[in-house]
Amino acid sequence: MAPILSVEGISKRFGVTLAVDNVSLSVGPNECLALLGPSGCGKTTLLRLMAGFETPDAGAIMIDGVDMTRKPPYARPVNMMFQSYALFPHMTVEDNVAFGLKQDGLPAADRLARVKEALAAVEMEAFAPRKPHQLSGGQRQRVALARCIAKRPKALLLDEPMAALDKHLRERTQLELLVLRRRLGISFVVVTHDQDEAMTMADRIVVMESGKILQADTPRALYERPGSQAVARFFGDINLWPSGLAVRPERIALSRAPGGVEGTVTDMIYRGTTTTYLVQTHDLVVRVLSAHAGDAPQFQKGEKVFLSWPDDAARTLCP
Amino acid sequence: MTARVILGFGLAFLYLPLLVVMGYSFNASRLVTVWTGFSTQWYFELFADRQIMRAAGISFIVAFVSASVATVLGMAAGYALARFGPFRGRAIFAGLLAMPLVMPEVITGLALLLLFVAAQSAMPWLPGRGVGTLIIAHASLTMAYVAVIVQARVAGMARDYEEAAADLGAKPAAVFLYVTLPLIAPALVAGWLLAFVLSLDDLVIASFTSGPQSTTLPMVVFSSVRLGVSPKINALATILILVTFAMLVVAGLLSRRRSK
Amino acid sequence: MTGAGKGALTAVWLWIALVLLLPFAIVLKISFATSQLGVPPYGPPVSFSAYAALIHDNLYLNAYLSSLRTAFVATVIALLLGYPMAYAIARCSQRWRSILLLLVVLPFWTSFLIRIYAWIGLLRPTGLVNTVLESLGLIDAPLRLINTDGAVMLGIVYTYLPFMVLPLYARLEKLDPALLEAAADLGARPWRAFLKITLPLSHPGIIAGCLLVFIPAVGEFVIPELLGGPDTLMIGKVLWSEFFTNRNWPMSAAVAVILLALLIVPIMWFQSVGHREARS
Repeated sequence: MAPILSVEGISKRFGVTLAVDNVSLSVGPNECLALLGPSGCGKTTLLRLMAGFETPDAGAIMIDGVDMTRKPPYARPVNMMFQSYALFPHMTVEDNVAFGLKQDGLPAADRLARVKEALAAVEMEAFAPRKPHQLSGGQRQRVALARCIAKRPKALLLDEPMAALDKHLRERTQLELLVLRRRLGISFVVVTHDQDEAMTMADRIVVMESGKILQADTPRALYERPGSQAVARFFGDINLWPSGLAVRPERIALSRAPGGVEGTVTDMIYRGTTTTYLVQTHDLVVRVLSAHAGDAPQFQKGEKVFLSWPDDAARTLCP
Repeated sequence: MTARVILGFGLAFLYLPLLVVMGYSFNASRLVTVWTGFSTQWYFELFADRQIMRAAGISFIVAFVSASVATVLGMAAGYALARFGPFRGRAIFAGLLAMPLVMPEVITGLALLLLFVAAQSAMPWLPGRGVGTLIIAHASLTMAYVAVIVQARVAGMARDYEEAAADLGAKPAAVFLYVTLPLIAPALVAGWLLAFVLSLDDLVIASFTSGPQSTTLPMVVFSSVRLGVSPKINALATILILVTFAMLVVAGLLSRRRSK
Repeated sequence: MTGAGKGALTAVWLWIALVLLLPFAIVLKISFATSQLGVPPYGPPVSFSAYAALIHDNLYLNAYLSSLRTAFVATVIALLLGYPMAYAIARCSQRWRSILLLLVVLPFWTSFLIRIYAWIGLLRPTGLVNTVLESLGLIDAPLRLINTDGAVMLGIVYTYLPFMVLPLYARLEKLDPALLEAAADLGARPWRAFLKITLPLSHPGIIAGCLLVFIPAVGEFVIPELLGGPDTLMIGKVLWSEFFTNRNWPMSAAVAVILLALLIVPIMWFQSVGHREARS
C-alpha cells in the first residue's frame, strides 16, 4: 500500500549543528511509527518538519502522495499533539476542539456534531464547558487528542505524548491510545525517548542518534536482532564482550556442570520473580537473568559456575 | 529584622506625603497647613475653574489617543523583539526603543520640539503645534514602556499555542487574532494604562511640544504650584490619586477574572 | 517571519527612525547654529559659538558637575534605602510579596508632579514637618527644609525609589535560600554570608537599579525647580531656562548634546545589563 506520509532524504541545519541528516522514512496507512532516541537526536525536529513548523534544507515531505515540503502548517492534512498539549487557556474545552473546524469554515451544525464525536471518543463530553486549567493532566491530554482527531487528519503527530503524565497513568494511557488508534484508523507518528513506550505503542520503531537513523524495524526485530551496540543497549540489558560478542542476560543459562564459559558468582540481586547473577569470567562481569517460580535462587555467592547460550542468542555487533 | 524595619520606613516614606495631601484637601482653611475643619469647598472651586477643566480635557484626550497609538506600536515592537529572533539590527532596534525609558525628559522634549519645528519649516502646510504634536510626542515616549511589557509577556509565553493554532488550520492573521491577542491582552491592558498615566502626568515633554491652545493639566498645575501650595491643587491631587488607584484596581480585577 | 510580521516591524522601524533617531540628529545640527531673532530662532549650522560659551562660562561646567554630584548622592541614598526594602520583600511569603511589591509600585503610577507637590506642603517653613517639630518643642524657629540641595536629593530618592527596588527585588527573589543555608552550614555568620553570597549574586540588580535612578536624575528638571532653591544648579534647569527664558535654542541644544555625551556611557551600560538579564 502507498504510504500516508513519507520523508525523502530530508536534512535540517540549525547554525552549525545538523539536526536532521539525510533521513528517509515512510508511514503506512493505519501504522504507528515511533521515533526513538536520546534528547537532541533530531526526533522532535523531524516531527516539526512533518508538521510544517520547520522548513527542510534538503529533501521532500509527501503526505498522501502530495508534495507538502513548502506548505505552511495550516495547509497540511496532519495534526500535532504537543508535549505541553498547548490547549488554548482562554477557551473552553469545547472551543478548543472546535477551533480547527472553525478554521476550515465548517457549518455550525456539522462542527457541533464533530466536536461531540471527538469528545465522546476520548470520553470527555462532560467536560465541554470547562477551561483547561480546571482539568487534570490526563484529562488535558484527552482534550488535546480530541482537538486533533476532530480534524480527521491523515496522520497524527505526537510529541512525547506521555511526558506530562504521572508514571502510573502512562501505561494505561498508552494502551488506551492504541485502542483509539485502531478504532479511528489514523496513522500515528510518536516521538519518545522511552523505549518501553515505543515498544508498547509502535508497530515500527525508528531509532535515531545525532540526526541519523540507526535502525528502523519492528520492536521484536530491534530487540532480537539489533544492528549495532548502540541499538542493543537502547533496548534492555545486554552483555557485550570486548570482541563485540553480545548476549542478552536472559538467554544465558547457568550450570554447575562443566561446559561453556567458566566464572564465579560475585553478587546476586533478588527481585522476586527473577534473580540477576553477576558472574566474573576471565574478561567480563557477565549479567545473567534467571527466572524462578517460587523456588529459592539456586546458586550462591562465590560458587563456581559455567555459562552457556544457544547459538541464535549470540550476535557480533559493531560499536 | 532590620531590613523589615527599613521596609516599613520606606513604605511610610512613599505614602505619607500622599496621605497628607489628600487629608488637607478637605481642610476648610485657605492656609493649607492649619486644620480648621472638614470641608469640600475646594472640590467645588476646582470644578468651577475653567482653566483647569479645559486643561484636564485636553490632557485626557491626549492621554487616551497617545496611549492607544503607543499600545499598537509597542505591541508590534515588543512582539518583534520577543519572536523574530536575531533579525538584522535587533540590538540597535532594542537600544533605540529603550532610549525614552532612561533619557532625561528635557532632552527628549527638546529633540521632539526641534523635530516638529523642522517638519513645519519643511512642510509649511502641516498644522502647528498643538494636540497633534503632543499625541505624537507622548506616543513615541510611551510605546517603549508598552514594548517592554509586551516583550516580557510574549517571551514568557510558549510558542506552542501559536503553533498549535497554525497546525489546526489557522492562517497567520487568524492565529494572531484568536490566540496571540487574547493571550497578550493583560500585557496590552497594563501597557495602555501605563502609557495613559505617563501621558496624563507628563510636564516636561508637553511643555516643549504643546502649542498655545493646548495647555495640559500638569502645565497648569506646575505654574500654580510654582506660586505656592493651593488647596484647590490638593483637591485635584486627591482626585488624580484616587482615579489612578481605581483604574489599577479595576484592571487588576479584570486580569484576575480573565486568568480564571 | 510572516509577511504581516515583516510589515509591522518595518512600520515600527520607520516610527523609531522618524521620532527617535531624526530628532537627535536635528538637536545635533541646531547645536552648531547661532541664535537669532525670528521664527525659528536660529541660523544655519555653521558655528561652534554655543560650545565655546559652554566652555568659557563656568556656570555650565558647574551645573554639569553639580547635577552629577546630586544624582550620585541621591542614587547612593536610594540604594541604601532600596536594598533592605527589596531584601525584606524577597524574604516574605509569596502572598505578602505581591502585596508589598504592589505597594512599592503604586506611587509610581500616581502623578509625579503631585508627589513632588506633596513634599512642598511638608517641607515649607509653615509646612507639616516644621509645624510638628515646633509643637513638640524640638525647634524654636522653622528649619529651612525646602529650597535646599537636600530637598532636591530627597525628591529624587522619593521619585525614583521604585526603580531601585524593582530590579533589586527581581534579583533577590531568584536567589536560592539553600545557598545561604549552605553558607551557614559551612560556618559563615549571617553578615559574612550576606557579603559573600547575597551581595555578589545581586550585583546585576544593583547596577540596573542604580543606573535607572542615576541617568534620569542627572537631567532632572521638575524636582530642582520645585524643591530646590534659586542657587540650586542642575543642568536640566539650565537647559530649560536657555530654551524658555533666553530663547537661545542653539545653546539649549548644545547643553543637551553634552548631557547626552555624558550619559551615553551609563545608558549603554544599562542596556548591556538589560540584555544580559533578558538572556539569563
